[in-house]
Amino acid sequence: MPPSIVLADATAKLAEYEGAGGYAALAKARAMTGEAVTEELIASELRGRGGAFFPAGRKWSFVPSKDQLPKPHYLVVNADESEPGSFKDNEILARVPHRFIEGCLITAHAIDSQHVFIYIRGEYSGPYEILVSALEELKTRPEIRGDVTIVVHRGAGAYICGEETALLESLEGKRGQPRSKPPFPAVSGLYASPTVVNNVETIATVAPIIAMGGAEYAKLGVPNTRGTRVVSISGNVVNGGNYEIEPGMSIRDIVYELGGGIPDGRGLKAVVPGGSSTVILTSDEIDVGYDFDSLAQVRTSMGSAGIVVLDDRCCIVQLGIRWSEFYEHESCGKCTPCREGTRWLTAILRKLEDGRATQGDLDLLLDVCDRINGKCLCPLGDSDAIIIASYVAKFRAEFQAHIDLGACPLGGESSLDGVLSPIQMHTRSRVAEVAG
Amino acid sequence: MSALWDRIQDERAKYPADAGSAVLPALRLAQDEHGWLSPDVIREVADALEETPAYVKSIASFYDQFQLAPVGEHLVEVCTNVSCAVVGAQQVVDAFESELGCRAGETSADGKVTLRTVECLGGCGWATIVSVDHHYRIHVKADNVAAIVEELRAT
Repeated sequence: MPPSIVLADATAKLAEYEGAGGYAALAKARAMTGEAVTEELIASELRGRGGAFFPAGRKWSFVPSKDQLPKPHYLVVNADESEPGSFKDNEILARVPHRFIEGCLITAHAIDSQHVFIYIRGEYSGPYEILVSALEELKTRPEIRGDVTIVVHRGAGAYICGEETALLESLEGKRGQPRSKPPFPAVSGLYASPTVVNNVETIATVAPIIAMGGAEYAKLGVPNTRGTRVVSISGNVVNGGNYEIEPGMSIRDIVYELGGGIPDGRGLKAVVPGGSSTVILTSDEIDVGYDFDSLAQVRTSMGSAGIVVLDDRCCIVQLGIRWSEFYEHESCGKCTPCREGTRWLTAILRKLEDGRATQGDLDLLLDVCDRINGKCLCPLGDSDAIIIASYVAKFRAEFQAHIDLGACPLGGESSLDGVLSPIQMHTRSRVAEVAG
Repeated sequence: MSALWDRIQDERAKYPADAGSAVLPALRLAQDEHGWLSPDVIREVADALEETPAYVKSIASFYDQFQLAPVGEHLVEVCTNVSCAVVGAQQVVDAFESELGCRAGETSADGKVTLRTVECLGGCGWATIVSVDHHYRIHVKADNVAAIVEELRAT
């Protein structure tokens, strides 16, 4: 049985959560100094679950003391989960809201903060309502809340706001466009004050770590990827859903044991290991451990742990189009290489898919990838460039076939054929037709 | 002053003075009340926030959920990102277009339902996800669409 730490004892009710030992870790943490709580997190080797994988305890330790910098400290929780393929935070918030809130309060204690903002994506009405109900329950229990105010701030539909500095801009009431770093949020974040930004799953892991002790938590998993990880499985798989696993389990086992394999007797074509922005794995590359180091050896990553399974009906050029359209739609427009480059990638891929591309277009595609990658404030454009380059590298014969045949080799039978993306919806509107 | 104005002041009070953070909450309240963000509504929000209408509109136009043109009484949003698409999201979109007699991005002739495709809604393992008036329906198939449309037309 895989360990269940984050998703264990699912309940949205305060009484049931306390009955199962809930909020005991908060009392334990408040009997410790903030520095001691941070030390436990460092000992746990917990790394950020949003995708960047930064050691959580170290991030907390970067917050200057109020003696050094006399400003309020803020905890901002990133619940703007929008990475295609990831839906773990959705379920964590809905199933264990009090474990999440307890994590917020422990973290606030550790970083000496009295102000918590939970930035939840606007589309998550269900989890939002559950979270608000859980916070309502705490109104009768001032000793739990202590001197901390928790504000739930709803986004309004923008993938870029998952990037921490764009999130802070959005939380300040502005367009969600990334900031230049440094300064880093730990020193100058929300309202130019010291701020810790953590992902929902990271925060939901804090109370169990304090309860069991950091060293005990660090016994789970493998070196560099300790504890548990909630993975989201989706796509062409029998049992899509979220599963809490011990890192190191192979992707093959995740897809076939937990996910139940591929439906309809189809073959596996590829697996996207950590959400849309991660380098793709072919069907013969999945005997790899689901952990940081193992995936780094095959030049990809866990990202936000969204595993997307693709069967043999998926045209890889269409996959590139769909996700390039996504990045084009979600580019905030601040940096030229991303704003223009994502549009170019979509256009060249579309040319390939339609059978209008020449050999030079394939070279141009990779050239555009190079002109985006590493040249922007945030990784949004990089993600598009990196994944498209990985599709070409691993499925070059399929790209070549589009040029040689002058058509899609799947001949209209691809699982992604004719999909209407939002960006196409906008550009085919009557206004666009008239202007057209 | 209007009830909306009061509720926007309540939102502002959740943030430090002069923080400006209440723009998104205020726009959401206004849209919930009026259905969409017309120039008049943008002005009302701007006045309540002590901002300019131009500034408020610049924020509203950045975010996908804010409607700057009239919409129907109900909003149907179908995710067509990859995890939903590979298990039949486009067939769901086609079924809605057929049932409603309008294309994605448009509103049915009776003004009841606006249909849109949207980017990943964060429910990939329960595809296809359709957000109906901001609440998710999961495992939606083309076969389920007629019943959803009937339900919306009845309310």
